Amino acid sequence: MAKMNMLQAINDALDIAMAENERVLCFGEDVGIFGGVFRATSNLQQKYGKARCFNTPLVEQGIIGFANGLAAQGSVAVAEIQFADYIFPAFDQIVNESAKFRYRSGNLFNVGGLTIRAPYGGGIAGGLYHSQSPEAYFAHTPGLKVVVPRNPHQAKGLLLASIHDPNPVLFFEPKRLYRASTGEVPEEEYRLPLGQAEVVKEGTDITLLAWGAQMEVLTQAVELAEKEGISCEVIDLRTILPWDVETVADSVFKTGRLLISHEAPLTGGFAGEIAATIQERCFLYLESPIARVTGLDTPFPLALEKEYLPDHLKVFEAIRASVEF
Amino acid sequence: MVSKTRKPKVVHKPAFTDGAEFSIATFQLLKQDGTLYKGAKAPDLEKDQALRIYRAMVYTRVLDERMLAAQRQGRLSFYMQCTGEEAAVIGSTAALDDADMIMAQYREQGALVYRGFTTDEFMNQMFGNEEDYGKGRQMPIHYGSSELNYMTISSPLATQIPQATGYAYGQKLAGEGHCTIVYFGEGAASEGDFHAALNMAAVHRVPVIFLCRNNGYAISTPAAEQFAADGVAPRAYGYKMDVIRVDGNDILAMFEATRQARRLAVEDNRPVLIEAMSYRLAAHSSSDDPSGYRSKDEEQIWRDKDPILRMKAWLQAADWWSDDDEKQLQENYRREVLETMKRAQKRPPPPLDSLVSDVYQEVTPELARQLDNLKAHIRKYPDAYPKTAEQAKGGA
Repeated sequence: MAKMNMLQAINDALDIAMAENERVLCFGEDVGIFGGVFRATSNLQQKYGKARCFNTPLVEQGIIGFANGLAAQGSVAVAEIQFADYIFPAFDQIVNESAKFRYRSGNLFNVGGLTIRAPYGGGIAGGLYHSQSPEAYFAHTPGLKVVVPRNPHQAKGLLLASIHDPNPVLFFEPKRLYRASTGEVPEEEYRLPLGQAEVVKEGTDITLLAWGAQMEVLTQAVELAEKEGISCEVIDLRTILPWDVETVADSVFKTGRLLISHEAPLTGGFAGEIAATIQERCFLYLESPIARVTGLDTPFPLALEKEYLPDHLKVFEAIRASVEF
Repeated sequence: MVSKTRKPKVVHKPAFTDGAEFSIATFQLLKQDGTLYKGAKAPDLEKDQALRIYRAMVYTRVLDERMLAAQRQGRLSFYMQCTGEEAAVIGSTAALDDADMIMAQYREQGALVYRGFTTDEFMNQMFGNEEDYGKGRQMPIHYGSSELNYMTISSPLATQIPQATGYAYGQKLAGEGHCTIVYFGEGAASEGDFHAALNMAAVHRVPVIFLCRNNGYAISTPAAEQFAADGVAPRAYGYKMDVIRVDGNDILAMFEATRQARRLAVEDNRPVLIEAMSYRLAAHSSSDDPSGYRSKDEEQIWRDKDPILRMKAWLQAADWWSDDDEKQLQENYRREVLETMKRAQKRPPPPLDSLVSDVYQEVTPELARQLDNLKAHIRKYPDAYPKTAEQAKGGA
């Protein structure tokens, strides 16, 4: 075990993947000698050479188009999009190409070797274009996997699993936690399962569900709730697509209440999908309406970021409202 | 990184340029009458390969005629012809190694014909039956073959261009001496993916050949309304990429230009842009009617430059081909296409389960659940789903 922050854990995962398979390549804007603007790819070019870790021109649709071709050729492509806010020029390559490569060819070809890493989320004074959480756009696209880690241990294990997964994976990294989140991380290789949520704390009165940086917010809210005697079960969804209905439903059968929280706007957010599925599965067990605590239906603000974000107080209030319903 | 190229020239009065000083010549070898231009040298093309190329061109023309007719008869939902551009496609493919990857746009069935895709394989795809490699998921003409190194077609334009750059980068690292050729039209070259792909290929020195079929039209939009520049070729300068413009109806010029481009790509890691100047003699697709946007007179100019007749004249001058050979070949191909089409049309559709396979490598629990629900529904209304009612009986 070693103490690492999330960036170190991600860097360690990439290092392990590149060391064990020479077909693993890391590339994107500034990921070469500089190691990426957040330094997630530090020292990889120095260690594995310019052919395997390199800068690309500043063109996201090109990066992902290139990555699709590379993965189709049999390489293991780990492409970085510098900020999730800048992934949209590559939307066509991801949604129409990565996601459909295997299906449209009847499995003659696939881009299973593709992993797209992108820092997402707010809380860093990033304003409209360095703060977004675009997971719901991609969750609407069959063929993709969408993964979000909550801490360094999860980041390393989930990223290694994503790189090895035989399907294209979008790996959204909570950049607010890059350096803020530290913890013990095994030094050797390990993989955490994709498509499986994790119950991180058991409880009896209400199920709280989130992913990525929002897990930290839930933890703070739980402290307030438990002081009032409300027992919370906390689940990290971890994989947004395909998501683990069973774990969430089993928890709601037990608690009878569900709160889902994400930074992205309310309307069309992934919480809506979860709420619809869970009310269908658990209708007769629900004691209160499923609560969503999310960002507002606005672009991501700057000066009023704190007001926009679904913080622990908003979550706490929603817990209380649900329990008192 | 500091540029290693020559020191930039400096002036002290503003000097604009529109690039007019660059003019790109068109490479031609073969005249319409089958003789070579003065000073032109025919490429080193053995008789066997020349005939393989020619047969592929004729087959493509026959296939296109038959399948368009089948579409008009209502047997097929959709079709796209390569008519007029057979030399641009087949001449370039023939200059490659058969192990090189082809990433096509959608009008390059001739490349598949040359590589040996069978009539059965064409028909199974077009009729989306149970033997279609693509499992009946895509519209007609979206072929693919891993065996023949022909990437499955996708409808979105130009997406294949940066993919070719990435694929070829992988080939370069593999070091087996292979390259990728990627086909696209002059209209698709307006997409951002085109620019991304060429720039990345030049920066990373990737063994890829970008083959632009400049056939004059993007559906109804003429090239003059697609770009103000002199075609697509001059863009290569901006990326510091080797470029050649070729008479796309000249099989010998297409073959020779691509042969040399391949050598640059594979031996020197220099990507190349080839602009093949041709004309889309047919409609854009079976859903299009060119009479609304161009004249018969204009079409006739290009009918007179038919690439197949031009190659035939060359073969006959070499005494490698006779009118009897031609007649026999055309009859055989017509019969083969018709008979195979009838068989393919009768094959059953892909199985119901293939609706949810290949979304992911493994069927997810959620997809399995959705399939079960669908089967239960079909069992309830079997008459509404005649293709799959029988299979749905097998459900839980």
